[in-house]
Formats: sequence, structure tokens, C-alpha cells
Amino acid sequence: MIPLLIAQIVLTLFVFFMLLNSAAVMVYFERKVAAMLQHRVGPYLVGPKGLLQPVADVIKLMFKEELRPRAADPLLFALAPIISAAAAFAAFAVVPFGAETTFFGLLSEPLRLQVADVNVAILVIFAIASMSVYGVVLAGWSSNSKYSLLGGLRASAQMISYELSYGLALASVLGMANSLSLTDIVNRQAGVWFHVIPRWFLFVQPLGFLIYMTAGIAETNRAPFDFPEAEQELVAGYHTEYSSMSFAMFFLAEYINMVTVSAVATDLFLGGWHGPFLPESLGWIWFLLKVAAILFFYVWMRWTLPRYRYDQLMHFGWKVLLPLAVVNLLATAAGVLSFGL
Amino acid sequence: MVLFYLFGATAVVASLLVIAQRNPIYSVLLLIASFGALSGLYVLLDAPFLAVIQIIVYAGAIMVLFLFVVMLLNAPHEDTDYDERLRGAEGPGAISTRSGSMRFGALLAAALIVELVWALTEGEGEAGLFPGESVSSVRAIGRSLFTDYALAFEVTSVLILVAMVGAVLLARRDVPAARGGVM
Repeated sequence: MIPLLIAQIVLTLFVFFMLLNSAAVMVYFERKVAAMLQHRVGPYLVGPKGLLQPVADVIKLMFKEELRPRAADPLLFALAPIISAAAAFAAFAVVPFGAETTFFGLLSEPLRLQVADVNVAILVIFAIASMSVYGVVLAGWSSNSKYSLLGGLRASAQMISYELSYGLALASVLGMANSLSLTDIVNRQAGVWFHVIPRWFLFVQPLGFLIYMTAGIAETNRAPFDFPEAEQELVAGYHTEYSSMSFAMFFLAEYINMVTVSAVATDLFLGGWHGPFLPESLGWIWFLLKVAAILFFYVWMRWTLPRYRYDQLMHFGWKVLLPLAVVNLLATAAGVLSFGL
Repeated sequence: MVLFYLFGATAVVASLLVIAQRNPIYSVLLLIASFGALSGLYVLLDAPFLAVIQIIVYAGAIMVLFLFVVMLLNAPHEDTDYDERLRGAEGPGAISTRSGSMRFGALLAAALIVELVWALTEGEGEAGLFPGESVSSVRAIGRSLFTDYALAFEVTSVLILVAMVGAVLLARRDVPAARGGVM
């Protein structure tokens, strides 16, 4: 029997390392899927089927020289990637990824598979997402390079614009679930309708899910909304001047943000760890599968759709997505009030 | 208790450093740090909702705008030189307006200190005014916002709407003129 506190600490460290690993897995996954979509082989030399490619990438990045432009602001230049990576890790802390479990009697009390159970979890995620803008803005500004500055400004303008739709999509879900706690929201989605359709919020909030995913892709600055790093115009955007591990931290932050957005989408719309065939204590397998499916969708999008134009992006964000999100929220509120769903 | 002093000290030191910085970008960042410490204090007061709202509204939204303004006006680096030039070029007149605004600031600070001292010495016994539930639960906050404080809430929202319309109007001021008075 292991006391709960130690189990909690172990769980926290485990989540941390899993997030680190998820970035490595995503690098391999993205390269393989991209190769598949383009009829190439992808990485295959390092290790069996190229599985050790991310390790090789990390080693290469570690041994690169750490460069800093002479005109850069030294403190902020060093701080910006740290803010980005820290915000990315912090957001996952409130995401639950499994039901309470005792690990087959290993623990005396059931442990909740979540680092911190906050009763305002959705808002915490939203708050941390709004903080991650600073990493990008400061990176762009402190590099003292025009490409970085433009990339940073674009990134932050984009993140601020899409944050509104993102927040409204979250709000319509929490209106349905009548709770701000992600655990409650997931538990609301247990069971099935008419013996076949799972009670996922996806089926009552299809528009909300679309808005959430679109805004989520824009929030994580991924294609087709990857303006901050539009290489034809901006070299590499806000991380143009970064090299070695500080570049790796931005990279890490981007992948972890993708994982977090997918995990939150799973909790909000896809019923979290609830699924058929498996006992409740193994629900995290369902959770992982659903997250992987959304991540595949992410990569698929990137290699299918071309990049928008910047004015199209802003137009879409403010004049299409935001009104849709408002209408969705109003419709949800009216539905909840009149039918008490 | 340790955490209280940690967050309190961070908030106070960061706030003091905000006005001690020459580079406005650092001032903005220190203000964010101070807001973060404040939100930590809210968590200690068992008001997580307030803490998160503090981060979302102040640190996440308002300070980003501040940072934009500071970055786009490009105030850093030349700020102090600019002040020197201003003082040299405009002569005693500039100095007198400067010291005038300084005097006004000092007056405001003195008034604030008097108020704070008064509030801390006289305003005893108000600490238990809110029942514990009303600040920690989102439901309770929402209920009191839309019943007891509904008027204040609605008036504030109208105020924000007016500000929004005003901002749009100011930003679009020269568009009709450029079109040759179409509107």
C-alpha cells in the first residue's frame, strides 16, 4: 500500500515525462504521416522503421550552438522560450485523463488520474492559454529582428482573435454540463442514447466542436493557420533567431499545446475516458486512442490544406467564426433553459 | 502562511519595480508578475474563480494590449534620452509642467496613503462580511451578480458597449472623408 501523496507526486512526474515524450512521438508521427500522404517513406534509417529519429533530432539540437543576436534583449530573449514551454506544461495539469483507480489494489485510496482537480478547470486552461501569448510576443520583440517581430505580432493577434471563439465554444459546453470542472463534464457524457449513440457532447454540440477545433488549431499556430512561421514571408517567424535548445523549447511547446488541445477536446466533446468494451479502470486507453485520433486529424489537416492569407484569417476569425460561436452559445443557452438538457 | 508572505512579497516588490524600470516592457512584465502573485493570494483566500478571472482579464487580456502599445510605440531604449531632449529643447516651461504633474502625483499618493491608513484603522470588522460560499462558488457569484448587483452589472456592460462604439468611431474617423462624403 502506497500513501496517496507519493502516488500523487509520482503521477505528476509521470504526466510531465509523458508530455515530453508525446512531443517526441508527435515528431515521428507527423513525419511518417506526412510521408504517407505524399507517397514517400519518411524517416527509416535511425533504428527500426526510423523509430529513433526523434532521439537523433534531440541529440542534434542539444549539440547545436546557442546563438543570440547582439542587439537582442538578453533577459527577455532567454525568458521567452521558458514562458512558452512552462505555459504548455502547466495547462495539462488540470486535464483529467482517466477515472479514479487504485491500480489493482496497489493504492489504499483511489487516485484520480489528473494532476490537480480544480473546480474551475476550464477557466484555468483558458487562463494559461492566454498567458502563452507572452512567450511568442516576447520572443518576437526581444530578438530585435523584423521577421521575428512581425511573426510575434501576427501570432499574438491571431491568438487573441481566436481566443474569443475558443472561449465561447468552451462556454457552450459548460452550459450543457452545468459545471466548470472537467471531471464533472466527462462524467456527464457517460452512457449511451438508444443503446448505440454514446452520450458525447459531440452529438449535441457539433457546431461547438467544429468551432473549438478550428480555434484550437489557430491557437496552436498550426497549418492552415500557421502564419507566425509562414516561411515564404517571414523566414521562421518569432523563432527565427533561436537555435539549439531554446528553439527546441518552442518546438516542444507547440507539440504539447497540440496534445493539450486534443486532450481537452476529448474531455469536452468525445466523452473523455468513457467507452465500450473496457472496464472503467482502463478508461485511459480510450482516452489515449481518442487523443491520438484528434492528433492524426491535426497532421492530416496540415498536409492537406494550404495556408490562408493573413487578411482571410482575420476575416474568418472575426466575421465568421465569432458570430457562429455567439449563435451557438445563445442556441445552447436557449436549449438548456427550455428543455433542461 | 509561508505562501502568503511569498505571494505578498512578490506582489509588493514587483509593483515597486514597475515604477523603478526605465524600459517600459519590463514594467509591463513586472506588472504581470504582480498580478500573478495577487491571483496566488486569491487562491489562498479560497477564491479560485476570482484568481483565474484575475489572470484571464488582467494578465491575459489587458496586459497584452499594454504590451502591444508599448511595443508598437517603440518607447523602449530611447525613453530616457527623449526626456532629456524634451527638457533641453523646451526650456523652463517643460520643466514647470513636469514638476506640476509630479506635484499632482505626489498629492494623489498622499491621498491614497491617508485613505489606506483610514481604511485599515477604522474599517475593522468588515473581514467577515461575505459568507465563505459566495466567493468560492461560481454559482453563488453568478447568482449575486444577477440579483443583488444586477443594476451595477448592466450599467457596466452598457459602459463597455459605449466604450467599444467610441473606439470604433475614433478609429474610423477619417474614412467617410476619404470617400468624399459618401456617408
